[in-house]
Amino acid sequence: MAKNDLFGASLWDEYSNKVTTLMNNPQHQGEITEEEAAANGNKLIVADFGAESCGDAVRLYWEVNPETDVIENSKFKSFGCGTAIASSDMMTQLCLGKTVDEAVKITNIDVEMALRDTPDVPAVPPQKMHCSVMAYDVIKKAAGLYKGVDAESFEEEIIVCECARVSLSTLKEVIKLNDLSTVEQVTDYTKAGGFCKSCIKPGGHEAREYYLVDILADVRREMDEEKMKAAAEAGLGGDFEAMTLVQKIKAIDAVVDDNIRQFLIMDGGNMEVIDVKDGEEYIDVYIRYLGACSGCASSSTGTLYAIEAALKEKLSDKIRVLPI
Amino acid sequence: MQVYMDNNATTMVDPAVVEAMLPFFSEQYGNPNSLHKFGTASHPAIARAIDQVYAAISASDDDDIVFTSCATESNNWVLKSVWIDKILHGEKNHIITTEVEHPSVLSTCKFLEEQGVNVTYLPVNEQGVVDAQMLRSFITDKTALVSVMWANNETGMIFPIKEIGEICKEKGVLFHTDGVQAVGKIPVDVQAVHVDFMSMSAHKFHGPKGIGALYIRNGQALSPLLNGGEHMGGRRSGTLNVPYIVGMGKALEMATVNIEEKMASISAKRDRLEDALLKLIPDTFTVGERDHRTPNTILISIRGVEGEGMLWDLNNAAIGASTGSACASEDLEANTVMLAIGADHELAHTGIRLSLSRYTTDEEVDYVIDHFKTAVERLRSISSSYAKVKPTPGGEATACEMH
Repeated sequence: MAKNDLFGASLWDEYSNKVTTLMNNPQHQGEITEEEAAANGNKLIVADFGAESCGDAVRLYWEVNPETDVIENSKFKSFGCGTAIASSDMMTQLCLGKTVDEAVKITNIDVEMALRDTPDVPAVPPQKMHCSVMAYDVIKKAAGLYKGVDAESFEEEIIVCECARVSLSTLKEVIKLNDLSTVEQVTDYTKAGGFCKSCIKPGGHEAREYYLVDILADVRREMDEEKMKAAAEAGLGGDFEAMTLVQKIKAIDAVVDDNIRQFLIMDGGNMEVIDVKDGEEYIDVYIRYLGACSGCASSSTGTLYAIEAALKEKLSDKIRVLPI
Repeated sequence: MQVYMDNNATTMVDPAVVEAMLPFFSEQYGNPNSLHKFGTASHPAIARAIDQVYAAISASDDDDIVFTSCATESNNWVLKSVWIDKILHGEKNHIITTEVEHPSVLSTCKFLEEQGVNVTYLPVNEQGVVDAQMLRSFITDKTALVSVMWANNETGMIFPIKEIGEICKEKGVLFHTDGVQAVGKIPVDVQAVHVDFMSMSAHKFHGPKGIGALYIRNGQALSPLLNGGEHMGGRRSGTLNVPYIVGMGKALEMATVNIEEKMASISAKRDRLEDALLKLIPDTFTVGERDHRTPNTILISIRGVEGEGMLWDLNNAAIGASTGSACASEDLEANTVMLAIGADHELAHTGIRLSLSRYTTDEEVDYVIDHFKTAVERLRSISSSYAKVKPTPGGEATACEMH
């Protein structure tokens, strides 16, 4: 939080002038009838998206020239807030004069950009971006109806954040490449989850198929598994500091078995590893002496030094051995 | 003309209240805890303000009414102190509240849940109020506190506080009520109903923002939320905000003198507005029976018109109203009170709250009626939901699952 966050601005203050103007006077609001389209020799397409129960719904009308596939007339009706009405109006404007194949490439980002007064200033506050997403989806629906295909066939990838149009594969790649561990980091790197926030976790404005928290957890799990697998394959030659606790204890035991334990047993003693704790400066290995070692005078001097030296040499310079 | 119809959010400070406050900013500015004359000069005014607040809610001299910064502080104080006194260091672990409380209660309850407290959130019925007998069934030996608002901020519905208070007394459970929407609007008599704690806020009854109070029934212990000096008898530290205390006392006195008469005047205008809107605009309905509402409140739902869009058009006509529905708030959720009373999700996105005050005029009511109708007609002409169009060849609209 900072000075500018201490006092929340009105949502309306963050609307661009274009949003305000189109909300007050939408240019393409209305309907197109079968008769009107037929009189022009065109095909009428009517597509609905959203639902009143979600707070946003839109109906898109297209009059398409069947010979050229050009959208010659376009109108909309919308149930929603100012952003939804302005986005629907701009979306309708952007469709005009384009072929259906060209129109299907219009995204909610294009709609939002077209609503900006200046290129660098968003047209709407972050939480309202979802209202422009509806415009993207209804175009796909209309194109699907015109071409007789499912609207989802226009979507090549699974989109997790519709506001920022970030795909599942992009998210997985960015998390792995940058070793991201929090949702905030994912948002900083990709913008996913930075707008209406529905995709972050369940309980937002609308239910989603994928949530960032789950994707992050899954990818982190995959990364850990890969790391463990790599460590296992590398055996003791692997990165000790990157090992899990169990791997560390096993590695320490292996070094002790190979280099130390035989000498302790010869003198009637032994040792066991109690715990391993990672610190910033040291990796502390807690051991307990058994048998003759537990009362031996050199257990805190020469023997201890020999154990620590062997572990440092074989595993990590950061190791510190602490008898308890 | 511009018309303010958002008096459940806050109210204009009455000019007489401002006048009463003014000397204590510039002339009698001494710290009332000082020994010298500069400090003690304000004592009579503070004493008068305290008398005004006690009289307004019929508190006894042995009760405590402690000035706070607002009702949010008062609500936090009760909930967190009961947690400390009765749950953290006691045998109980349960609090009962409702699904429709103000966020200062609900958020605090969520915080307490994170600390391990069990919280029961009671649903409301189709009138938007909790059933006292249902509440009774949720009280157990582990229940430390019941917190139920006196009147709802969105619907104006008045809760059965007397009945709930009797149940709590019978069961030996502490009872807190957020009285913010009731005090100054309807008669509030803490002798006639059993409440242990009641929160109030001055800016809801034409007093200044930044001053509230907590009523604490005689004998009830409550750890202070703010530790420091021994102000307010050690209950709440911080130098007394003299001008605001004086303003709160004056405002509360003005609001409660002849309150029945004021209620009749406000409700007459409210009813005329409500009748006209329902008559002139088809497919509208209001929430809750009038007789059980605060006299100034209407929550009206308009089929096919999303809340923020309506608020936008009203604002363009210089009418200030409010909505708790989607897109007007940060979380974009439907109106939670509307959902709680069983309205479908579409209607829950259409609620507009109009809240009058004793300063609302007949001309203002007429102005709102005219412009409300115009706004609804414009937005319905755009609305895909309300459009009188043929069924789509493309099939049904996409459903969206709400949480």
